[in-house]
Amino acid sequence: MMRVENVSPRTVLAAVALAISLCAAFAASAKGTLVYCSEGSPEGFQPQFFSTGTTFDAVSVPMFNRLVQFEIGTTNIVPALAESWTVAPDGKTYTFKLRKGVAFHSNANFKPTRDFNADDVLFSWYRMADDSHPFHKFTAGQTFAYFDDMGMKNIVGKVEKLDDYTVRFVLKRPEAPFLADMAMDFASILSKEYFDAMMKKGTPNAADVYPIGTGPFEFVSYQKDATIRYRAFDRYWNGRPKIDNLIYSITRDATARYAKLKTGECQVMAFPKPADLDAMRKDRDLVVQRKEGLNVGYIAFNVEKKPFDSKLVRQALNYATNKEAILKAVYEGNGQVAKNPIPPILWGYNDAVQDYAYDPAKAKALLAQAGYANGFEIDLWYLPVTRPYNPDGKRMAELIQADWAKVGVRANLVTYEWAEYRKRSKTGEQAVMMFGWSGDNGDPDNFFVPLLGCEAVKGGGNVSRWCNKPFEDLIIKAAQTPQQADRAKLYEQAQVIVHDEAPWIPIAHSVRFDALRKEVHGYRMDATAHHYFDKVDLAP
Amino acid sequence: MLRFVLRRLALIVPTFLGVTLLAFALIHLIPGDPVENVSGERGMDPARRARLMHEFGLDRPLAVQYASYVGQVLRGDLGSSLTTHESVAHEFATLFPATVELATFALLFALAVGLPAGVIAAVKRNTPADYAVMGVSLTGYSMPIFWWALLLILFFSVHLGWTPVSGRIAVQYDVPALTGFMLLDTLLAGDAAAFRSALSHLVLPTIALGTIPLAVIARMTRSAMLEVLREDFVRAARAKGLPRWRVIVVHALRNALIPVVTVVGLQVGLLLSGAILTETIFSWPGVGNWLIHGVQSRDYPVVQGGILLIAAIVIVVNLVVDMLYGVINPRIRHG
Repeated sequence: MMRVENVSPRTVLAAVALAISLCAAFAASAKGTLVYCSEGSPEGFQPQFFSTGTTFDAVSVPMFNRLVQFEIGTTNIVPALAESWTVAPDGKTYTFKLRKGVAFHSNANFKPTRDFNADDVLFSWYRMADDSHPFHKFTAGQTFAYFDDMGMKNIVGKVEKLDDYTVRFVLKRPEAPFLADMAMDFASILSKEYFDAMMKKGTPNAADVYPIGTGPFEFVSYQKDATIRYRAFDRYWNGRPKIDNLIYSITRDATARYAKLKTGECQVMAFPKPADLDAMRKDRDLVVQRKEGLNVGYIAFNVEKKPFDSKLVRQALNYATNKEAILKAVYEGNGQVAKNPIPPILWGYNDAVQDYAYDPAKAKALLAQAGYANGFEIDLWYLPVTRPYNPDGKRMAELIQADWAKVGVRANLVTYEWAEYRKRSKTGEQAVMMFGWSGDNGDPDNFFVPLLGCEAVKGGGNVSRWCNKPFEDLIIKAAQTPQQADRAKLYEQAQVIVHDEAPWIPIAHSVRFDALRKEVHGYRMDATAHHYFDKVDLAP
Repeated sequence: MLRFVLRRLALIVPTFLGVTLLAFALIHLIPGDPVENVSGERGMDPARRARLMHEFGLDRPLAVQYASYVGQVLRGDLGSSLTTHESVAHEFATLFPATVELATFALLFALAVGLPAGVIAAVKRNTPADYAVMGVSLTGYSMPIFWWALLLILFFSVHLGWTPVSGRIAVQYDVPALTGFMLLDTLLAGDAAAFRSALSHLVLPTIALGTIPLAVIARMTRSAMLEVLREDFVRAARAKGLPRWRVIVVHALRNALIPVVTVVGLQVGLLLSGAILTETIFSWPGVGNWLIHGVQSRDYPVVQGGILLIAAIVIVVNLVVDMLYGVINPRIRHG
């Protein structure tokens, strides 16, 4: 290779001359290329280590598959690398029949000699689960984020290979949400053969840096903080993608993403700014898609602290809060009022629950009944950042402050830096705080247990620190009940308890948006906020 | 000269300690920590949290963390990013050429426009040309970079369609990064279309980043020129009957350059800090963009290492600038 220091001016001139003569040949090579303006750089190219949506969008979504997957646009679980599965009557044994003829990608250092089979499933699982697994850990700071944080070790006892195309997961306890867990990014299937080959070469780390999966797109290259390139995988089991190349153009600034969409430098953009939506809708070259969010924004009362140990006070402030006004002013109409902890697009949603209507007089009466006729003074913590479930925490807090003032409750608005905010909330320092949640897997369990379960009081995710025996019994029973219809009934009852006990003021479920150019066809927004491009086509 | 250089080099030791301490203190003053930062609403398994804190060495007292960091740096190890687990030095080396390319163009742009503008303003003192130059440079100096950058994008890229919005090169060109300097790499790859694309991507970031240094240089040149133009030797040169341009360029400008060169040296620091905002708006994959993200994710080694390396570069550049005085004006002797 030519060393740069040695390039003489004459060489450069020659190169320019050569280049100019060649340039015509490069002109139209971008056919079938979709450019997606993404919002940030992935933390790495490994689906098990990380927990951000940005990384999942760049890694597990285009390049990997799970045993099961969510049907795009819904939270229905459909077959993926497992063709079918059975659940034993005890609810603890899941047997997956694996798909045959599923090919892995290849790269310069690795050509697979065999298709996907049960060994890959066991490898992918035990790499996370078994501390003494040879691939469990290479570098300091590398952990299996979701696997650890969701406590998978306490759920799954062992995974067995029955034959090359049959695996059995034996759980420690019946756990109906398990199937939804298996559709999550961290449960992506890696190639055992690839890792073994890299270990043999003495570069085991390479397998985590240059990804090999079974997904619709193969990894081509990554230019740090600039571009990620993929190409369609010809042997993709679920049909080769219609586009030939997929490029993520990393553009952190939302205004710049919008500008690039307008000029055609990208065809799809992530996370448009709500303020730009109107202009986008008016633009004849663009299409704005919307999707009900799998989320909830709420106010949590710390029930361990006075005066919120009183149910009457909690109900009173539910009556005192004008949610419709918040929805208009804060969400600009892009959402719906929440009356339950789970959004209505989730199965098990109890629509029969009657929300607390905005009624300051009733709120005052309840406060008087609780012994607070003259109201009280309280610190209300508000979100310091924009979150998918809450576009403007401060504005929301100001509205709530004004609402509560009308019933004699004087709220001081308090906030902290975002990480600090979460850290403090786990210690129970707060009296009443604003928070929210975006669902991972479309199972109601994924809202109730981490947000309102008794275990989550200890872990800190239950910021209202509300632990209610009848409610807890219901959600535990629901998790152990195999049939979805039966589970739905239990969750419906649980929502009635949450409503009556009022540990929260559920405020809103927000709507998400993606913006694309009109030449993009077949793009569908995903329920769990991922961005899928394998069914997308480009046509003028 | 040698003694001067040695004295300046000796100063580097306390400067280095000061920079590490400052960077360390500043990033630790920001609330939150890198482990908490990745946990989100879900919260983190306490065992995983404890393990990470331990592996990152964050469970030790701050003084111990600082001492071990300085020791590590002295051994030439800047540590690894807590987010990507890549070595900080390697990440910096990958991204720095992009920043150098942008800063160089911005500086060249600032000099190419700022110097003549300042000379014209001085020579045509108190004429509309002078007022125009000074007015425009004051506006440029006061304009926040991110705002100016967005205006440029909206006008030139979106409205007129003359320039690309952001990035270093159009996505269809996948040029192997031999040097990391996109213009050089496209030439080495022999791809003229890619070269043109890279050049067009440089235009707006160069203007956005170069505007403030341009304003500073123009004003500095003007005032230095005004002073020199009053000197006796300039009058003498005129009296000799030399052509006007020769008096201005050879006699006056050369002598006015000393303060200007000092200012240009100081601009290097300004360019690198301005690059942080410019790179963020223009998705320019350089160290500025990288540092901002490091601060956001509380990636201590990235922020500390990045600041240290940038400080080192600024120190070296200023040293070189000081030595350049002698070259420009032989009357200044070091020693």
